[in-house]
Amino acid sequence: MIPEIGHFALILALCVAVVQGILPIYGAAVGNSALMAVAKPAARGQFLLVLTAFGCLAYAFADRDFSVLYVAATSNSQLPLHYRLAAIWGAHEGSLLLWTLILTIWMFAVTLFSAHLPESTRSRILGVMGLVSIGFLLFMLTVSNPFERLIPAAAEGRDLNPLLQDPGMVIHPPMLYMGYVGFSVAFAFAIAALLGGNLDAAWARWSRPWTTVAWCFLTVGIAMGSGWAYYELGWGGWWFWDPVENASFMPWLAGTALVHSLAVTDKRGGFKVWTVLLAIMAFSLSLLGTFLVRSGVLTSVHAFATDPKRGMFILVFLAIVIGGSLALYAWRAPRVGLGGSFASVSREGMLLANNVLLVAAMGSVLLGTLYPLFLDALDLGKISVGPPYFDSVFVPLMAPAIFLMGIGPLAQWKKASVPDLAKRLRWAFGVSVVTAITLPIVMGNWTPLLSLGLLLAIWILTTGVVSLRERLAHVAGNNLMERLASVPRSYWGMQVAHCGIAVFIVGVTMVKGFETEKDVRMNVGETATIGDYMFRFDGAQDVVGPNYTAARGSFAVSRDGRETTLLYPEKRRYTAQNQIMTEAAIDPGLLRDLYVSLGEPLDDGAWSVRLYHKPFVDWIWGGCFIMAFGGVIAISDRRYRIAWRRQEPAVPAPTRAARRKVA
Amino acid sequence: MNIHWILLIVLFLSGPVWAGEARPLADDPVAEQRLKHLAVELRCLVCQNQTLADSNAPLAEDLRREVREMIAKNMNDQEIIEFLTARYGDFVLYRPPLKATTTLLWVGPFVLVIVGATALVVTLRRRAAKVVDVPVTEDEHRRVEQLLADGGKRS
Repeated sequence: MIPEIGHFALILALCVAVVQGILPIYGAAVGNSALMAVAKPAARGQFLLVLTAFGCLAYAFADRDFSVLYVAATSNSQLPLHYRLAAIWGAHEGSLLLWTLILTIWMFAVTLFSAHLPESTRSRILGVMGLVSIGFLLFMLTVSNPFERLIPAAAEGRDLNPLLQDPGMVIHPPMLYMGYVGFSVAFAFAIAALLGGNLDAAWARWSRPWTTVAWCFLTVGIAMGSGWAYYELGWGGWWFWDPVENASFMPWLAGTALVHSLAVTDKRGGFKVWTVLLAIMAFSLSLLGTFLVRSGVLTSVHAFATDPKRGMFILVFLAIVIGGSLALYAWRAPRVGLGGSFASVSREGMLLANNVLLVAAMGSVLLGTLYPLFLDALDLGKISVGPPYFDSVFVPLMAPAIFLMGIGPLAQWKKASVPDLAKRLRWAFGVSVVTAITLPIVMGNWTPLLSLGLLLAIWILTTGVVSLRERLAHVAGNNLMERLASVPRSYWGMQVAHCGIAVFIVGVTMVKGFETEKDVRMNVGETATIGDYMFRFDGAQDVVGPNYTAARGSFAVSRDGRETTLLYPEKRRYTAQNQIMTEAAIDPGLLRDLYVSLGEPLDDGAWSVRLYHKPFVDWIWGGCFIMAFGGVIAISDRRYRIAWRRQEPAVPAPTRAARRKVA
Repeated sequence: MNIHWILLIVLFLSGPVWAGEARPLADDPVAEQRLKHLAVELRCLVCQNQTLADSNAPLAEDLRREVREMIAKNMNDQEIIEFLTARYGDFVLYRPPLKATTTLLWVGPFVLVIVGATALVVTLRRRAAKVVDVPVTEDEHRRVEQLLADGGKRS
């Protein structure tokens, strides 16, 4: 009964989505406010309906209802409750339901925070989101229904893939999807503006915080996925340029370009056409990512060809969304104004150059991800495109982008002078170069890449300091604290996010340059030394988990004779599908991680063991979180709060005007 | 009780008396270094997407052993890679070799940058010719301030 309610809720949601996708847009075109007023209740209703469906599926999982095919395929009665609930998005059908739920959450958020928007704009935005939602609801109802029954019911479920039975699974996909789908708001704003023909600075200002929020979620989502792979897969890597990872990274690159391009459109009215294109691109890449991950095309082109229904649906949907929005773009964009003039060397110019590099990097990732698929589909041979390829094209593209990132914030809008910039950045450049060359020598391992990485990281930090110092000199305030406080939060947000990049680069560089690993055969009581740390193997014991049995090794780690920590890596056998998983044990630290994973049991109690010493590895994820934190600071900027509060005149007008002068 | 005693004894003995340095899994660390260097660029053929260095699949283990043997036979990296591609095709290489079918793959990113940069320069030139910059006068500035203040009062 409950699954049928869920199914029915989805059908109703589809009906509501059709209404929401047609009436408000038509109403906005003909100026009928009654039709436009449909948008808000429709969006909220749709949210409630999809939430109901989601709740029904969650209930089926919690209740171990193995008469639902999807539940039987992705869970098991032994599986703990939190993993049964996370199993909702453990496979295809449920992921789509999560996708749609998050889309409606974003819609609901738009209805809440759009009081300051003109009625026609709001109804167009919600209408466009409704149209996107139609696609996903139709997809679920026609070819991948999560509520499909299994008759007779299975006695026991097949269990969730053990790889996914991890706290990371509970939080990573929702975060990632919040980011992916969040770009639908920026997309809807752009399409609404194209439809209405009012692409102006106000449009950019409105869509900026939404884009930033989505970008923050995506950043955190990707970082969590990477961290999860790091400890779950048991070989200590953190990024594999796997197509699934690339699928989330491409929208991030486009989204990063969009965030910066929106800044220019907002502040200077420029780049409008480009910004709209980026908004379309970011969301299209999110859809493409969903297609790549969900159609089975990645496992094999032929798997896709044998069950083409799902893949074809997404492909057609993708073609309609991307083709349709690009056609609209081609039709409307030429009428858009140009905005203020600027010289090639100016903050606008540099942001645009950076955008070109980011998009080229995104294009390269796309090329590398799709190329083997195309070759295979055309029968031109099977090739693998992996980390060596991506590393060798990505680094040369990103290095100049990061160099520009240091200069951009210091360049004036409209027109900057190169000699002047050179003068202001002299010492930052000197310090960066000298440190980047000497530091690796001091640390005892000089390689060009190590130096380059440090150069870029220090460059970001030193130029940030220069920028902050200049900024402080120009704001009002009697003492340092007052002046620090009067720097707008959007500026702090940018600085913090850029520092996040620097922290990230330090992490990547240090771990690549100084990581050490050892594959050893360890008997009980034997020791192995890595870095300054000595690991003593104290044997392995059998332990029993809720749905697995495991051998748990125990390692005593000491440094200079003092015991620092105990580590318990496991080798688990999940009973439902008899799969073996490696659970690494990690001692995280600010300056290094110690990482132990168990290999195979050898004769007389000995094990093959892999040990890693990974300096600064946590800085990789730390950097990502700092970036996202920068985004959060930026959207807490006063001008957005004012915009949202505009409906309720809580702040007396004269005060506000005075404040604006200070800013 | 017994187990506690044994543990205690193990603890005591596992000090300097027993503590031997664990042996590396491989007999020849230098060869192992070379294997690692090669294996990170090779694909485990049966895995979803894993390098030969990272995979624990039995087939990956076999292939690693084969590479070890080739290293022991004093074959150089080039010869080993040629042998593997002859047997398994380009699929085994994570760094696709440059040939007719992969030209676009290798050249593409740099074409993208060049096209992007050219488009950027051309657009900026055209734009500069089209945009007429109207300087804002002092009067207009004052008017804007006035309007902003009024707007604030009205809302």
